[in-house]
Amino acid sequence: MSAGTEPPADPRPRDVAPARSDRSPWNWLLLVAVVVPLLVPLYNRVEPTLFGWPFFYWVQLAFVPLGVLATFLAHRATRRRPTAGRTARGR
Amino acid sequence: MDGVDVVELVIVCVLFLLVTVMGFVAARWRRAEDLMHLDEWGLGGRNFGTWVTWFLLGGDLYTAYTFVAVPALVFGAGAAGFFAVPYTVVVYPLVFLVVVRLWSVSHVRGFVTPADFVRSRFDSPTMALLVAITGIVATMPYIALQLVGIEAVLKAMGVEGELPLIVAFIILALYTYNSGLRAPALIAFVKDTLIYLTIIVAVIVIPSRLGGWDAIFGAAEAKFASTGTGGVVLGEASQLNYATLALGSALALFLYPHTLTGALAASDRDVLKRNMSALPLYSFALAFIALLGFMAIAAGVEPIGGDGNTVVPVLFQQMFPSWFAGIAFAAIGIGALVPAAIMSIAAANLFTRNIYKEFLKRDATARQEAQVAKVVSLVVKLGAVAAIIFIDPQFSIDLQLIGGVIILQTLPSVAIGLYTRWLHRGGLVAGWVAGMAAGLLALYVTQRVGPDGTVLREHFGGSAFALSDLGLDTAVTVYAGFVALLVNLVVTVLVTAALRGAGVDPGVDGTADTDYTAERDDPTFRELPDPLESAPPGATGERPARR
Repeated sequence: MSAGTEPPADPRPRDVAPARSDRSPWNWLLLVAVVVPLLVPLYNRVEPTLFGWPFFYWVQLAFVPLGVLATFLAHRATRRRPTAGRTARGR
Repeated sequence: MDGVDVVELVIVCVLFLLVTVMGFVAARWRRAEDLMHLDEWGLGGRNFGTWVTWFLLGGDLYTAYTFVAVPALVFGAGAAGFFAVPYTVVVYPLVFLVVVRLWSVSHVRGFVTPADFVRSRFDSPTMALLVAITGIVATMPYIALQLVGIEAVLKAMGVEGELPLIVAFIILALYTYNSGLRAPALIAFVKDTLIYLTIIVAVIVIPSRLGGWDAIFGAAEAKFASTGTGGVVLGEASQLNYATLALGSALALFLYPHTLTGALAASDRDVLKRNMSALPLYSFALAFIALLGFMAIAAGVEPIGGDGNTVVPVLFQQMFPSWFAGIAFAAIGIGALVPAAIMSIAAANLFTRNIYKEFLKRDATARQEAQVAKVVSLVVKLGAVAAIIFIDPQFSIDLQLIGGVIILQTLPSVAIGLYTRWLHRGGLVAGWVAGMAAGLLALYVTQRVGPDGTVLREHFGGSAFALSDLGLDTAVTVYAGFVALLVNLVVTVLVTAALRGAGVDPGVDGTADTDYTAERDDPTFRELPDPLESAPPGATGERPARR
């Protein structure tokens, strides 16, 4: 069956695939969501507490929706229209 | 310890029986045309939509060992154990773009494993073999650790001996053999339902019985103040380790072959991207699971036989009536079966595609490939059971620690390779060797030191590498895998520059730029028959070759 013995130059079947790009300014949001939770000195303390939770714990829990929001927006903004398909976003 | 709680045991057995039946029925779920095909058995026909992918990946990434070991770590060390939360928060934005590219190129070129990709991209069977071996070696102890999770539950229920463990794994082995990736995908629904139920009830019931969150954190603070190790916040010197451990674990997570197995089974790029923003919901649950460690401190839990992994089961027993403790225990047990099944399938795929077919039997048919993969997945699971029963479980825990460090060494070829072809195959191999050596050395020299300064273990004492070992005058520690990855990257780049400068043949790239952004409706897309809707491409019997 498939790729195990891949011939190096695979002849492109039928027509050529459309050129697209994964680049988008929205992707910078992802970087924010990766970097902020790793800045430990910013949140490594007890005060202010929330419902008895030290800052260290509740703020990291709050990073969860931050990550969700960033990935959700990046996904929405870069989504290719399913019907417009192969030409709409083709650079 | 001698009394077996009958109610708990009955509930656990009934729920296990339910998932066993589901596991066997799964072969017919979404009607596979022909399970005797590696794509079908090992990737579920690559047609899972958003929901199934969410449960499958969730079941894959958040394992029974997580549920048992993370609170155990928090119980013992406090804040340092909470790294699991930032780890699972940063992983999704981190891999958001990477994993869709791998999905696209895999579908255009028919890749099943990360090693398939590396072989074709860098024209290097050697690097592919290294990626495959790294993947198998890193995955095996992970499977064994799932058993540690089940063992902790059995201990808490007072069940003696290894027979129940063996029975559970034989059942798992049989239905995986029979149903492939469909079994864990279907069982993941049950697992997650039970886990969420348990967590929600635990978060409502336990704090109110212990006098609120103030009392819980207060008890933890008092404990750490008296023992002198750990704390409710991190010590100055361990902050870098916390951040690098979270980042390193996140990078490693999507290099593990079982994660890619789950991701490749998604039906399109959109499903994957949507999942990257929906999967962090599990991290919410994980945060509360981690805090079970503090609840155990406040409840005065004594781990059975000093085994920290029993902390959560014992806490549940103290806080819940027997019948609900039984449900919680079943959740942990079933939580072990799902990832163990996916991991064994992933390891089997690697062996079949990149070792058996590449080096042992080049002309293997699709049917032979699927058969070998099924047998290997059995062998892998039996190996895991044997490792737990005949060798000290500590050995598996050490190996899993090493596993996270070594799987990171495939990052330049698998992840960076998705973006650039500049790296030279010779440079990748050299970087892998250097990274492996550096990682193992860093783990080897890491000691475990007790609160009073005595050395408890001379070697492999943890993953927090002391920078003072490099001659730096500091108490700061850093994740060993992170150091190894840096060494790997530097060597890969330097050797690549040298080889490119000397004009050494870098091989032929078997992929095209457009492969990496391919969508389902592209002409280059390799449409694999949809098990739900399409009629079989040929008539009956042997499937036509796909390429």
